[in-house]
This record gives sequence, structure tokens and C-alpha cells, in this order.
Amino acid sequence: MSKKSDMAPHAADKRVDIGRALKDAGLTALLSFALFLPLIGFLTVQDFSNTLVLTTRWPLLFSIVAVIGIGRLAYALFLAPWLAARAHRPAAPPAAWRAVAGRWFVPFAIGFVVVYPPLVIYTAGWGGAVKWLDNFGIQILIYVMLGWGLNIVVGLAGLLDLGYVAFYAVGAYSYALFAKEFGLSFWILLPIAGVLASFWGILLGFPVLRLRGDYLAIVTLAFGEIIRIVLINFVDLTNGYAGISGIPRPTFFGIPFTANEDGFAAVFGLEFSPVYRTIFLYYLILALALLTAFVTVRLRRLPVGRAWEALREDEIACRSLGINTTNTKLTAFAIGAMFAGFAGSFFAARQGFISPDSFTFMESASIVAIVVLGGMGSQIGVAIAAIAMIGGTEIMRELDFLKVIFGATFDPTQYRMLLFGFAMVLIMIWKPRGLISTRDPSVFLKERKTISSDLVGEGRG
Amino acid sequence: MEVFLQQLINGITLGSIYGLIALGYTMVFGIIGMVNFAHGDVFMVSAFIALIALLLLTTWLGITSIALILLVVLIVAMLFTALVNWVIERVAYRPLRGSFRLAPLISAIGMSIFLSNFVQVTQGPRNKSVSPLVQGEFVLLRHNDFNVTLPYKYLIIWVVTAVLLGCFWYIVAKTPLGRAQRACEQDQRMAALVGVDVDRTISMTFVIAAALAAIAGTLYLMNYGVVSFADGFTPGVKAFTAAVLGGIGSLPGAVIGGLLIGLIETMWSNYVSIDYKDVAAFSVLAITLIFLPQGLFGRPDVEKV
Repeated sequence: MSKKSDMAPHAADKRVDIGRALKDAGLTALLSFALFLPLIGFLTVQDFSNTLVLTTRWPLLFSIVAVIGIGRLAYALFLAPWLAARAHRPAAPPAAWRAVAGRWFVPFAIGFVVVYPPLVIYTAGWGGAVKWLDNFGIQILIYVMLGWGLNIVVGLAGLLDLGYVAFYAVGAYSYALFAKEFGLSFWILLPIAGVLASFWGILLGFPVLRLRGDYLAIVTLAFGEIIRIVLINFVDLTNGYAGISGIPRPTFFGIPFTANEDGFAAVFGLEFSPVYRTIFLYYLILALALLTAFVTVRLRRLPVGRAWEALREDEIACRSLGINTTNTKLTAFAIGAMFAGFAGSFFAARQGFISPDSFTFMESASIVAIVVLGGMGSQIGVAIAAIAMIGGTEIMRELDFLKVIFGATFDPTQYRMLLFGFAMVLIMIWKPRGLISTRDPSVFLKERKTISSDLVGEGRG
Repeated sequence: MEVFLQQLINGITLGSIYGLIALGYTMVFGIIGMVNFAHGDVFMVSAFIALIALLLLTTWLGITSIALILLVVLIVAMLFTALVNWVIERVAYRPLRGSFRLAPLISAIGMSIFLSNFVQVTQGPRNKSVSPLVQGEFVLLRHNDFNVTLPYKYLIIWVVTAVLLGCFWYIVAKTPLGRAQRACEQDQRMAALVGVDVDRTISMTFVIAAALAAIAGTLYLMNYGVVSFADGFTPGVKAFTAAVLGGIGSLPGAVIGGLLIGLIETMWSNYVSIDYKDVAAFSVLAITLIFLPQGLFGRPDVEKV
């Protein structure tokens, strides 16, 4: 404390107390040592006779403890004073470029996703494009669509649904079974899958009409798990754990994507390549996702959409104003489930194989995480969160250069979900209301203003 | 009849484990009104800590006294799990207290994903099995070919659960900490005004919840002899069901709810369908919340406008 006593008095609070910082870092290191001692310090392995034995990993433990201790010291010495100094500075007024960027963001983003496939083919070539279109295009767009679909239930109507993946499963299995058993085409089955999923949405919505918040979340979770257990055990229909394979792939209005004479490439006089199917699937899910977004935007202006948002803000006030909360909740469940059904039948058509493993609670949790992290009700926020979370975990597959640093046995993909969970916690602490917490009103008096998150109700659900 | 008696014994054993986990849910919910989604995974972590302590004692130190092993493993698991939960509360929940209501739930789901994957990454995805620590059984009834038995390990589970529940009841009912806890449950601001350290009390609630989960984890490991990183989710949801069935916020309710869920599950597996045993527990959850939202012993939730 005494080393810099000649500094100006107003800077006194900015001085760094090195002794305290060291003590703090030491304590943190000690704590993390105790915390990680059992699970990182020791490793249980099966030896040759298949009995468990303990081995130790002291170097790993001590390096992790050292990293945490040094990190804490660096935080106390450099980051904390900087943050404190920044907090004292008056907040800058929002820059003009932000308003411009806000206005042009959506058209630009849609334009970008439309030209993404040619762009990827141009940069990565025909061979490398499939991976980028599939893992980073289709995969993310499925979650964007699911996020937007769930956004209707969670974001607009404020009903926290942790079993959303059940409707996704209903869509996937109804496409798979109808297409395999009756040979119906994707375009006929897409609406059927949507209708069946929304039927299940209403069916599961009825019992939970009276529940709210956490309770609703847990019961929907239970329903999601029940549907998964039924999928596993109803072997006659679903083939259980083994799943359904050989699901017909979607066709380009009747023209299949095969190397045959009547295949897509042959009909259009092109050389056969698997990329065409991927590009087609990409535009298909893009169209479905944009349909979800468009329908949501339009629904928000209808009485039912306004009723959803009123329900989210205050159910009792809503009821006392004469809004039929039963219908309002059920339509939210049904329409949200319908989009999950669409996405599910797309998923089945894209994979060609489905099994109950694809519809675990983790999927539901990921979708809810995307909606809440993005900012409930904000479609742009949900899309950004889906890109960040799913794209972020997909990118872990590409980090092969880390093997050079950590050794050949290092496999970055196994850290995907670990970091996913950690990111959920961090984003919640950083922005508890999600990335985009302001609300766009659908009704306004004279001018359109966004509503700050401070003025928005809790979304009790 | 004999089968029923045997299932009763099995159900009570399973139910004691659920009850111990359920107490953690109900205490945390009572004090900060949050469903601690990561609690099932804390239970799983505690089983791993118990496994490591057990291996340390048996293979490295060569201790053979079962009572000593059990005691040390219990204490080690309780201490380390308490530390884990204390840190989780500090890192993931405390910054979100008083914030947007869904934020702690999402943070807890994130923590649950983190914990199970952390164990998967650090200890590997395979099932970890150890040879049974306690063998042998009492034969209570002989009827034709069917013996109704009470294995010694079940007896240990009953005794440990009963004794530690007694200690726990003493802490909540008789000590200053328990008084502070009940005060915070009723009204946090008022408790703070009369000098209760709310932050510390909430921290201690997480520590106690973790210690109870660690007892459950140790007993689970002793009973089944196998644990994997994915073992937190299903027992977690079932224990939550138990807490809801007993009336969330009610401590005796959680224990009785746990026993009921254990019994329902074993009876269902025996008489209806073992494939759908999880469906039974989940259906109980849905049915309770729909028809009896305050549970068996809970206070009805009155909403003031």
C-alpha cells in the first residue's frame, strides 16, 4: 500500500495492493488444489485384469492450480483496477453507427446466409465445401430454427419448456416412419410432421396449464424424457436403441440426388457431386428457418401474439383482462411444437438415420440455452446465440493444431460440451437477460422505441 | 407376498438414497427459491470422490477394516463435495441472486452439463466398477425357493441414513445455523435486518446439501459398486420428484417423498414393467405437480397481486 503513496489523492483507490493480491491468489490456488485434487489429481483406470486402480496426475494438477493462481493474481493486479477505472468513466452515448448497423443488420445477415454456399464453394473448393456447409451451415441453421420455434413458447409466451426436443423427435419419427412404410414424399410429410408435433404439443400442454416457471420446466422435462423412454422401449414401432436407418432422402421436386441417370446431376447435365444435395438441404433449412422467423414476426402483430406477450408479462393481469389463458398457452405450445416437427422431419431427411440418442435432454437444454442466452423474445439474439454456441462447439472439431501443443492424444472434441456448459454459466453471469435484452414493441404510439430490459417484466411463465 | 416384502426392502433402500438427494433440492429451493439443477451431478461427483477415496484406502494403504473404510470414505466424500458445491454457489449462483428469474436456472443447467462433462473428460467415459465392499445377508423368510433377504449393505444404508438424518435434523432444528436458515427461508431481508449473515447462511445451505448428496453418493457406490459420469441426471430428476411429492421446502416431506419414489419405482419394476420404471417416476412428478402442486407436506403457494 505504501509504495505509491506519492500519487494524487483521488487516485488512491486505484492503487493495487500487492500483498493482498498475493494472499488472494494464494488462497485461490489452495482452494483450486483442494477442489481438483480428487478428480484431476487421481485417475481411475481399469488395469489388464479389469480391476480399477488409481494412478496420479500430479503435473497436470499442479499446472492447473498454477494457471488458476497466476490468473487470479493477474486479475487482481491488472484487470480489476482497469475495470474499476472504466466503471468510473461516464457511459458514452450510443454512437450513430450503431443505429445504422442495427437497421442494416438483418438484411445484411439474410443476404450473407443466402450467398454462403457459393462463397464456401469458391473458397474451399467442391471437395471441402460439404463439411463447411454441413457442420457450419445446416447444423447451425437447424438450431436457429429450433431456437426460433422455442422462442415462441419461451420468449413470447414465457412458458419455460425443457422438453422441446420431444416435438423434434415426433417430427423426425413421423417423417421416418411414414416415408419408409408408405413411401410418401418429403413435401407431403413435412406438414404432416408439423401437424402431428403440434397435436402432441397440445396433448402435453393440457396437463401443465396450471403450472409455471420452474415447475413447468421440470414437468416438460419429464414429458420429454417419457417420450424418449417410449421411443427406446417401443421396439415394434421405433426399433428401439438401434434406431431407424435407410430413411428416404428428400428429392428436388421429384428428382433424387443420386448418381443415376434420373439423378439431379444427370438431369441438369452436371457432373455428379454430393455437394448438390448439401446445397439443396442448406437452402431447404434456410427457407424453413426464415419461415419460422417470418411467421413469428407476423404472429406478434396478431391478437394471439399480443396475448402471448401479455401472458409472459403478467398472467393474472392477463386473465383479469379477459384473455383466455388456456387457448393462449395451448396455441403457443402447438405452434412452437409445429416448427420443432418441421425441423425434426428435416433432420430425419438429412441424416437418413435417427435413434433416440439424438433426442436427449441435452438437446432440449441446448435449445433453451440458446433462447435464454440470446435474449428471450429477441430473434436476432437467438440466431446469434445459436451461431455462437453451436458454431463454437463445431469449431472445436477443427482445432487440430492444438495437438501440436498438448500432444497427439489430445482430442479437442471431447471438451465441446464441457465448454458449452461453462459458456452457459459465464454468459448468464455476464448478461443475465441474454445477449439482446431489449424488446421491440409491436404496438407503439408515435415513434418506435426499443424497450430497455429494466422495464420488462420477469417472464414468470 | 414374499416378493412384495423383498421389493419393500429394496424400495426403502433406494428411497433412502433418493431422500438424501431430495433434501438438497428442497433446502436450496426453500432458501433461494431455485431448482438447483446441478444437484444430481453434484451427487454423481460425490460418488466419484468416494470411489477415489475407496481405492486410495484399499489399494494404496491396504486398509481392510470395513467400518474404518466406510467412515473415512464418507467423511472425505462429504468434505470434498461440500467444497465443490460451495465453489459452485459462489461462482455460478451468487452473482445471479436477485437477478432475472430464469438466469439461475440456466446457470444451473450449464453447471450440470459442465460437471458431467468434467468428470467424463477427467475420469473417462467408461463405467467404473469396484468389487462389493460389504457382502452377505440376513435371510428373513424362507418360502419354497424364494428367500426374502436383507443384505448387510442395505442395513448399513438404513443405519447411516437414519443416523446422519438425525444429525442433520439436529443442525436445522437446534443450532444457530439452522435458526438462521429458517429465518432466511421466511424472509431474507428481515433476517438480514436482525443480524443474520444471509450470504453465509446460503453458502452453508449449499454445503449441507452437498454433504447429504455425498452420503447418498457414497451409499450409492457401496450399493451398486458402479458409477459413471452420466449417473447424475436420472437420480437427480427422481430426487427432485421426491422433493416435489413431499412438498418442496418441507424437510420431512423430502425424506418421505424419497421413500415413496423408491417404493413406487421398485414396485413398478416388479409388477408392471422394468423398461418403463423411469416413466413411473416421471409420471408421478407430472401427476403430483398437476393435482397436488404443494405436495404432501408443503404449504400452498398463495400468489398475492
